[in-house]
Amino acid sequence: MAKVILTPKKVPELMLEAPCITTDAFAKKTPAQIADLEVREGKIPFKLGEYFEIVGNPGESAAETEIEIAGDCSRVKYIGTKMTAGLITVKGNADMYTGGWMKGGKIHIVGDVHSFCGIAMEGGDILVDGNAQNHVGCAYRGDWRGMRGGTIRIRGSAGNDIGTFMLGGTIIIEKEVFIHVSTHAEGGTVIIKGNVTGRVGGQMVKGDIYVLGKIQHILPGFTKVDQVRKEVDGQTFTLDHYIGDLGERHPKSKGKEIFANLYVRAAA
Amino acid sequence: MPKLITQVGCPYCGSSCDDLEVLVSDDNKTVLEVRNACIIGNNIFLHANDPTRPKLPRMRQPDGSMKEISYKEAIDWTAKTLIAAKKPLIYGFGSTNCEGMSAVGRVAEKAGAVLDNCASICHGPSFLAIFDNGYPSCTLGEAKNRADCVVFWGCNPMHAHPRHTSRYSLFPRGFFTQKGQMQRKVICVDPRETDTAKLADVHFMLDQGHDYDLFDAFRTVLRGHDIPDIVAGIKREKIVEAIEIMKKSRFVMIFFGMGCTHTDGRNHNVDIAISLTRDLNTHTKASIMAMRGHYNIAGPGQVWSWQFGFPYCIDLSKGTHAHMNPGETSSIDLAMRDEIDCFVNVGTDAGAHFPIEAVKHLKKHPFITIDPNFCMASEISDLHIPVRIAGVDEPGVVYRMDNVPIQFKAVIDGLPGVPSDEELFDMVYERMCELTQTEPVWLAAKAHRKYPSSAVN
Repeated sequence: MAKVILTPKKVPELMLEAPCITTDAFAKKTPAQIADLEVREGKIPFKLGEYFEIVGNPGESAAETEIEIAGDCSRVKYIGTKMTAGLITVKGNADMYTGGWMKGGKIHIVGDVHSFCGIAMEGGDILVDGNAQNHVGCAYRGDWRGMRGGTIRIRGSAGNDIGTFMLGGTIIIEKEVFIHVSTHAEGGTVIIKGNVTGRVGGQMVKGDIYVLGKIQHILPGFTKVDQVRKEVDGQTFTLDHYIGDLGERHPKSKGKEIFANLYVRAAA
Repeated sequence: MPKLITQVGCPYCGSSCDDLEVLVSDDNKTVLEVRNACIIGNNIFLHANDPTRPKLPRMRQPDGSMKEISYKEAIDWTAKTLIAAKKPLIYGFGSTNCEGMSAVGRVAEKAGAVLDNCASICHGPSFLAIFDNGYPSCTLGEAKNRADCVVFWGCNPMHAHPRHTSRYSLFPRGFFTQKGQMQRKVICVDPRETDTAKLADVHFMLDQGHDYDLFDAFRTVLRGHDIPDIVAGIKREKIVEAIEIMKKSRFVMIFFGMGCTHTDGRNHNVDIAISLTRDLNTHTKASIMAMRGHYNIAGPGQVWSWQFGFPYCIDLSKGTHAHMNPGETSSIDLAMRDEIDCFVNVGTDAGAHFPIEAVKHLKKHPFITIDPNFCMASEISDLHIPVRIAGVDEPGVVYRMDNVPIQFKAVIDGLPGVPSDEELFDMVYERMCELTQTEPVWLAAKAHRKYPSSAVN
């Protein structure tokens, strides 16, 4: 895989909007052409080369291209947006919309990500070594089609609104989550290995949620049906099985309503 | 001889009462008496008589003092500042008319600004819920004439909308509610025993921040399922009782306020309230309405949705399209993340309403306030430009909380030389066009516009 290394040269005064930092936009280009790609600070367009030193050559296609950002991107939005293949590694933090609308490939953030990571994602993998803020794998405002495929793994904690309107794919949060998990979801799987404050599966129609920590408040629309042994992310657990959200309308299959499943690790 | 002006609109709360009567002096310069208004509305009219109202823009000087300057200088400085900024934020519009809101659209587009209104810190989450789930609403007239079960959720109209209960929701006798209050069941959901809660037949004093759980419980019961013994601090029997009251009513009207929109969950609380309204319609008739705060805060939602496709948090910096995503393009987030480099506060008081940390960030850059009065924002601004008071000395269209447009009157003459919001924004726009050597784009209705002579010369 051909590698392009971007080294930050200066911190943007405002947030930098850089949807061009994708393997798709870099493929087949020379370093000079990459440096010429447009980024924006507010209403002013700039060149990518004004903010990053660019070394190396990309591959002939997105799949053959690897981008490494050797520094912090806390003030850079839209990294890896809509990318279809290849690899992006950020050796620091990344700002909003990281991997948004992504279709394939892999993004690895060594630090934290801000909100809207993997928004409306369709495929590929996002790995965040640190924490994520709000709206991981959610839908864009007003859209009822959230994450449809791919995997997001956050090794730290996440804020609220995880997997809102989710239709498919998998989100794994290895530590705590605040509130609203898979609200309005109609598919997909969310695994939370830490505790959740509440509002898990509100207005959820289909899909699975696994909580291996504790839920402070389980919604009244979820009712416990049984206890099961299941493998979750490579380990087997005894889990209390709830179905819900009973307050929501649910589709029927062969005359029976299909509910969303909430699995919570059973007390020892 | 004093003149009595009738059918005057009140520029205070979202109820936008339009039955006021205002007695003015024969020279049309002084408000003598206001009838039918609440105490706050009354004060807004009488405040217009204040001889200390600012009549000229004031610019911050290097020694920190404020010095009066001409409107021409103020307009020039505003235009140049907006052009120079990479991403200005134009925020407010709680107390302006729709004409001003429309005029600022041109300025914002020219400046590549973010255009936001007070909904951002108020009923913005309601917009997000409406995007997701629709808005089965009605007019306040329908609430008055039909509603025999009124739910006040996270709102306290007895204080925030003083005439709401007497004009629309609780006390008036309507076409199908001839017995007024006697015919209405009132349910109040609030963690505090507010004065509105004291009027209620049923008061749910829920655990603060657990509105979503309680809505979910209501919906679950409505679908015939069981719920836990206690939800959000409320006993199951009481929840079931409330649902029975709603089901047996002929028309359920849910009014929700910032207790819903600004507790944990925000838009999801409103979202599930809308779902509950939808569910109730399988048993009876039900409708829902946001208790909008200011008299024309529904206006920017209407005007900008028509102009840009979005009601608030509109990022016009991209040049090619409007982008909206609260959490990113909302005023507080932009301020806290240092994502803007110029702030224009219009017809509101960001100095009083924003978190102090956000204000500190905003103060790093040029800070302009456009407001008829001295306020906290005007006193920390680099430039304060006074304008006429919409609804008192400037007429205009306002949208009531149920999105019904009302033509407000001017009851007295404006201060000489002081422009309206609309005139001021048009002049700023024209100056920006001059500075950028571009041709201004006007609607036909603006072809014969005239500005106060003091502002032009």
